[in-house]
Amino acid sequence: MRVVVWRELLVAMRRRSDIGTVLLFFVIVVSLFPLGIGADPDKLRVLAPGIIWVAALLSSMLSLGRLFAADYADGTLEQMLLGAAPLGATAAAKAFAHWLVSGLPLVAIAPLLALQYDLPAGLYGMLALSLLLGTPVLSLIGGIGAALTLGVRGGGVLLALLVLPLYVPVLVMGAGSVEMASAGLGGQGQLLILGAMLIVAAAFAPWATAAALRISSE
Amino acid sequence: MLEAADLACERGGRKLFHRMSFCVANGDTVRITGANGSGKTSLLRILCGLLEPTQGEVRWNGARIQSLREEYARNIVYLGHAPAVKDELTGAENLRAACALAGVAVSAAQLRDALAHFGVPGDKAVRQLSQGQRRRAALARLVVSGAAPVWLLDEPFTALDAGAAQLTRALLGEHAQRGGSVVYTTHQPVDLRDSRVIEL
Repeated sequence: MRVVVWRELLVAMRRRSDIGTVLLFFVIVVSLFPLGIGADPDKLRVLAPGIIWVAALLSSMLSLGRLFAADYADGTLEQMLLGAAPLGATAAAKAFAHWLVSGLPLVAIAPLLALQYDLPAGLYGMLALSLLLGTPVLSLIGGIGAALTLGVRGGGVLLALLVLPLYVPVLVMGAGSVEMASAGLGGQGQLLILGAMLIVAAAFAPWATAAALRISSE
Repeated sequence: MLEAADLACERGGRKLFHRMSFCVANGDTVRITGANGSGKTSLLRILCGLLEPTQGEVRWNGARIQSLREEYARNIVYLGHAPAVKDELTGAENLRAACALAGVAVSAAQLRDALAHFGVPGDKAVRQLSQGQRRRAALARLVVSGAAPVWLLDEPFTALDAGAAQLTRALLGEHAQRGGSVVYTTHQPVDLRDSRVIEL
């Protein structure tokens, strides 16, 4: 378990450009909207949670294709399948490492980007919190899709078609929590549901990923 | 003891082999030969549990390997076609990760010795190494895997120079002598005392 995370982080550190691309994509997508919509603070304030969440969804998906592809190509996936730890645990470690590398940076930078949307001061924390709970779910669910589309030609598009619909509940709850909070209704309910989603995904997604990996590596 | 019972394999609608039964006892060295595409790799992948046979089953000490999973995995070392090393990591880091993944505890000194045994620079990223050196980095795992009774090696001698091939041969010989079993495929004539040759 630890060794998988350690290796993933080490590889990511030596390929920093990969992390940079995902983060930069997020920054650019979020920054494009104010430019396109115009500088009307009222309009931007309403749109901010949805836009930032959709951008987070897309950038998390952008890096999914690489989740298992390199392991598949260089043979390390076979070694994981034959590892001493249950494959589900290894898959969970992979998803966790993916989140550390491509989810956590988004959580950190999102409040800064939200400045462009002139969010009320109280909402920055809410936005970061909803992303903190939601982005791990994206990595966990995405792992299933990445495992299923492994070795498939044109897998990238297929992966998007497969995974994006599954991201919808996370998007609705994530953006919803910030919207609720901005309407003065708290938004804790949505956060709790996001938390519940995280727990369910953490418990089941790695095993689904493991089963998918066994199928696609045959 | 590893047992293959009535194995059949079909890939892409083509029958590769059927009614294949054999035993690999402790101390056995089994060579699998055959033309390209005859199913050598498939047979090895079936033996290690990566591939489900179309028919038949593989048993480890009497139990189906599919039901043993990790327990069986701890007893084998499988080295496939791809060297299973990460380009971004150094030889030492790769070996450390491979051993930890396989549940083998190794000290830093053992890692160093294993890499030195095959003459792999431990502190250079694998990306900078040649094809043969990558292969050596992968094979270095065998030096510290003596405790695993079954070695399943897919073309271990490809891309190796005479020196490395000699080292590998010696390792396989030692393993069989201490009571381990080796199943390997090869195209090259290798001077190993095979207990059996399986022709596909």
